[in-house]
Amino acid sequence: MLDASRLTPLQRVALRFAVISLLFYGLCIMEGMIMRGHQIDFDLMEADHYFALMGAHPMVGIFGSSFMLVFGAFYFLVPTLMKKSLYSQKLAEINWMTMAAGVLTVWLAGFLFRYGALYTNYWPLPVTEFKPIALLVFATGNIMIMTGVVIFCYNIFATVFHRRDTEEPVGPLLMSAVGIDGFVNIYRRWRGKKVEEPLMPLPLVAIFRGTIDTLLDAVVLGGISIVFLIHAVYIFTGEPLPTDWFDALVYKNIYWWGLDLIADGLVLIYVAGTWYLLAGLISGRKLYMENVARAALLVELVVSWNVWAHHLLADQAQWNWMKILSGEMVTAFELVTSGIAIFVTLKTLHDARPLKMTPQLKFLLGGILGFSLGVPAGVIQADLGMNRILHNTQWVIGAHAHMQLLVGLGMTLYAALYALFPMLTNDTQLKSKFLTSFHFWAHLIGGIGMSVCMGFAGMDGMLRRTIYGAEHPFELEMIGAAFFGSLMVVAYLAMMYNIINSIGIRGLVGIFINLPSDQGQEGDEVVATA
Amino acid sequence: MLGVSWTSGSLDRLSATLLIRAAACESWRLIVTDSADIFALMKVVYLSYTLIAISFIGYFSLRVTRAGPTNPGAKKAFYTWVTCLVCLGVGIHVLTFNKVPWVKWDLTRDKQQIDQEFEIAMAEHEFLLPSPKLDIGIGNMVRFNVTSADLTYGFGVFREDGSMMFQMQVVPGHDNDLVWLFDKPGTYTIRSTEYSGPRGEGLVMEDVVIVSGPKYESLVAVEF
Repeated sequence: MLDASRLTPLQRVALRFAVISLLFYGLCIMEGMIMRGHQIDFDLMEADHYFALMGAHPMVGIFGSSFMLVFGAFYFLVPTLMKKSLYSQKLAEINWMTMAAGVLTVWLAGFLFRYGALYTNYWPLPVTEFKPIALLVFATGNIMIMTGVVIFCYNIFATVFHRRDTEEPVGPLLMSAVGIDGFVNIYRRWRGKKVEEPLMPLPLVAIFRGTIDTLLDAVVLGGISIVFLIHAVYIFTGEPLPTDWFDALVYKNIYWWGLDLIADGLVLIYVAGTWYLLAGLISGRKLYMENVARAALLVELVVSWNVWAHHLLADQAQWNWMKILSGEMVTAFELVTSGIAIFVTLKTLHDARPLKMTPQLKFLLGGILGFSLGVPAGVIQADLGMNRILHNTQWVIGAHAHMQLLVGLGMTLYAALYALFPMLTNDTQLKSKFLTSFHFWAHLIGGIGMSVCMGFAGMDGMLRRTIYGAEHPFELEMIGAAFFGSLMVVAYLAMMYNIINSIGIRGLVGIFINLPSDQGQEGDEVVATA
Repeated sequence: MLGVSWTSGSLDRLSATLLIRAAACESWRLIVTDSADIFALMKVVYLSYTLIAISFIGYFSLRVTRAGPTNPGAKKAFYTWVTCLVCLGVGIHVLTFNKVPWVKWDLTRDKQQIDQEFEIAMAEHEFLLPSPKLDIGIGNMVRFNVTSADLTYGFGVFREDGSMMFQMQVVPGHDNDLVWLFDKPGTYTIRSTEYSGPRGEGLVMEDVVIVSGPKYESLVAVEF
């Protein structure tokens, strides 16, 4: 059982992020299953309720669950790996509260006021189609989330560069943080010169690099939310602002540029960093082709800023050259950068064999499989020929997005969770190996099965944001998706039971609240001392 | 230069239009005219790839737990892998550009010879068609000009079995046009393919596109 009173402040804040993340994940999959049910039996709810649910679902899943788990892990890992103190513990505490409150506010905008412009928020839909109170609450919640994201980025950057514990100069540290020393070392090796040891561990380079995109994404989405807020206030005054000041296509380009940085900044880069970290921890070896991996992270910086147009391949007013260059060609390099990460990780593991099949190794391989399936699906839809049919279909959200988020990102994060669990809980062990294994198989089969079913429906043109009536032609695929989705719910319950049973209810509550000391435990300690 | 030629003969039994056949110049070429056929093929490719990826990770999982020789100097394999990924990533676009006809139709749509043209307006979650039914002759290259007065919508044409033939986004304040060659007789449904709020849920017009013409005894071959 976890003795929360012995947790360090860093462990405690990381666990707070993790607990909130897992609770939001539970809410997210519950929403997902309700929508699955509605796709089979259309009588479950009204359209405005359904779309409010659909709007809240990705916000809860991405910001409430994925971001929170990533932030918690990185708050622990960055100072630990750099052997430095966290820049501000207080900011980290404010961070999880701001994020959690923001996600709940966004969720309430849908639950109470039926805000349902979905996560795309295409202009001017949010302003003209929903009640001003709904827009106001959504914008407020989104601004809170983005404030939390900015706090995280600031705290991480400040932790990397503060000189309280070291005397390392900022310049070389910055060069190392963005991966420039990877290129320098490749050049030096080519010229037969001595290769210098980089200042920053590779996983930290990925965290730093991903955080740049995360910050930019927060600026764009936060800025758009301020626009929503201003419009909501004017609607309340009875003099709504005109909406034609913002060109719908320009808006789409700006919004997708920011939104796509989540996929490239958080998902691909942070995941690569987590793979490198886990591969090092599991194998106990230096990463294979480390300098190339460092350099690839810098290349990804250029790639991720220039791929957004693949979301606008079906927009006929978009320039053709932009569709081909950004939408097709640069996007294709996502295949290369993620392929490099997969090769480097697998080769590092392979060189250390025989390895024990631990939960973290299992989940790591599951995560790699998820991206091996999800990234090519993304490249296929980012093709002018294929996108003419696949755009906005179940393929995009199933074979690509859910495959990457649930199987790729999800299993990678679970690998990190199982790896960090003993470190964060002072060597508390999970009680059931069976439940850990069950969690793995049910989540893997459920995630892949659901995404593939959705992908097949998408190839026939089943739209992703449309309610179909009874006995629609895609019913079989949706029943399949619901079956596999329910497997993931069972997987989640097994994992939660295992974790709570291992740390105890008291330990769980103690992560958030300082509980009075347990007399019995104190007595035991006295007996043990005697 | 893109053109359309008609090949007579008793090929009407070939409902699938993904064919390899001898063209007039006696060279073999891939002729694709229906998006349904491409996606029938893609289902096979996707399922096969999924099974291969799962099998590979399964095999790796077994191998990594067993002792055995390693190959520390696998740089050649690494660079071969990266080269393959670059070729694959770029190659798929080159392939579809050359073999999927609507890519070229789209990129050169301003220069296409158009047989029929329809002006469609969208506003207040409604389609406003120029006539109750859109009658299209088989083999005609058709341009759809769709405008929106308020929100972002979508314009998609669906077959009778519910599968999609093509679509585009309809962005307010911009020209949204798409050209398509209809090579099969049938009745098609128009549906908005973009979410425009809960009120847009009923944005469907069933069986409004009628494609008909002379008895379909020929195969449309699209030559580039």
